[in-house]
Amino acid sequence: MSKFRKKKKGMPAVNTAALPDIVFMLLFFFMVTTTMRETDLKIDAPRLPSASEVKKLEHKSLVSTIYVGKAKDPKYGTSYNRIQLNDKIGTADDVPAFIMNARLKVSEAEVPFMTTSIKADKESNVGTITDIRLKLRDVNALKISYSASKGGSNN
Amino acid sequence: MARRENPEINAGSMADIAFLLLIFFLVTTTMNVDSGVSKKLSEKPPPDYVPPIIKEKNIFEVNINRNNELLVEGERMEVKDLKDAAIAFIDNGGGEGNVEEGVKTGPCTYCKGERSESSSDHPNKAIISVQSDRGTEYGTYLTVQNELLRAYSELRNRLSMEKYKIPFSELEEAYKDDKENEALKKKVEDIKKSYPQIISDAEPTN
Repeated sequence: MSKFRKKKKGMPAVNTAALPDIVFMLLFFFMVTTTMRETDLKIDAPRLPSASEVKKLEHKSLVSTIYVGKAKDPKYGTSYNRIQLNDKIGTADDVPAFIMNARLKVSEAEVPFMTTSIKADKESNVGTITDIRLKLRDVNALKISYSASKGGSNN
Repeated sequence: MARRENPEINAGSMADIAFLLLIFFLVTTTMNVDSGVSKKLSEKPPPDYVPPIIKEKNIFEVNINRNNELLVEGERMEVKDLKDAAIAFIDNGGGEGNVEEGVKTGPCTYCKGERSESSSDHPNKAIISVQSDRGTEYGTYLTVQNELLRAYSELRNRLSMEKYKIPFSELEEAYKDDKENEALKKKVEDIKKSYPQIISDAEPTN
């Protein structure tokens, strides 16, 4: 009789002690492989052109990014030529200040290795890019990278 | 006294906490690898700078108009033909090379081009000049730049295959992994010097 009653007690609880370990493993994987989103985009995410001769950007801390594209806020107009520096929409004239600001954060020896990555939309105008480029040249930020997704050419 | 067993600590919520952290990271981070076409801008010329006189035949002119059409050396061209045209120009080898550090490079011995009188003298003299309109689409501009870079990498790969039996892209990769290796460095520099990338951006037209 007593044996019979014991069975009725129900299933033993499933041991889930290993579950946190698995989840932590996933967590560490994500912590290691990803990077923090640094800025809020004030423009629509640029549709990057694709190119075959792309190089990976190394040393993320030495990269400052300039976004060019269409502003989300319609008060800035609907053209694809708005420039975003840090968290706000600016003009090409703000570029030197932006670069100088970025330079403050790295040691002097590393300044020549700093790269400016231009993430511009496919439909932006070359004129806007040229304006940025001239300003970059004024402050001697000569390494630039035109952001592009890796893919075939001829499209 | 009977030994009492340690009461088990309830770790049931540990998984929840870990999940919470995991989801936080999933949301706030990005995984994309940044890649792009890298370029080096030329330095700002001093105010009294006089640009050197370059022979017309050593300049490969690429114009992009505001309708994203190409004009190469005065003739209309499709983007897909640009790479081959650029290769023909760079690899022409019709004359003497530059004098570098007091040493004459002489005629281009590794060039496979036509050695035409009207095209470039030597890869180290060949200049590609890209001029675009302010209204040109950036996508087209970058495609053109990419095609020109492809022309250079094809030539570099070819030369590297001939000299060292390994494509230049792999040679460069190997050098990146082993920066100390002087022999590799020499090879990379040699190929780079044989086909230097000289692509200049002219002021855009309005």
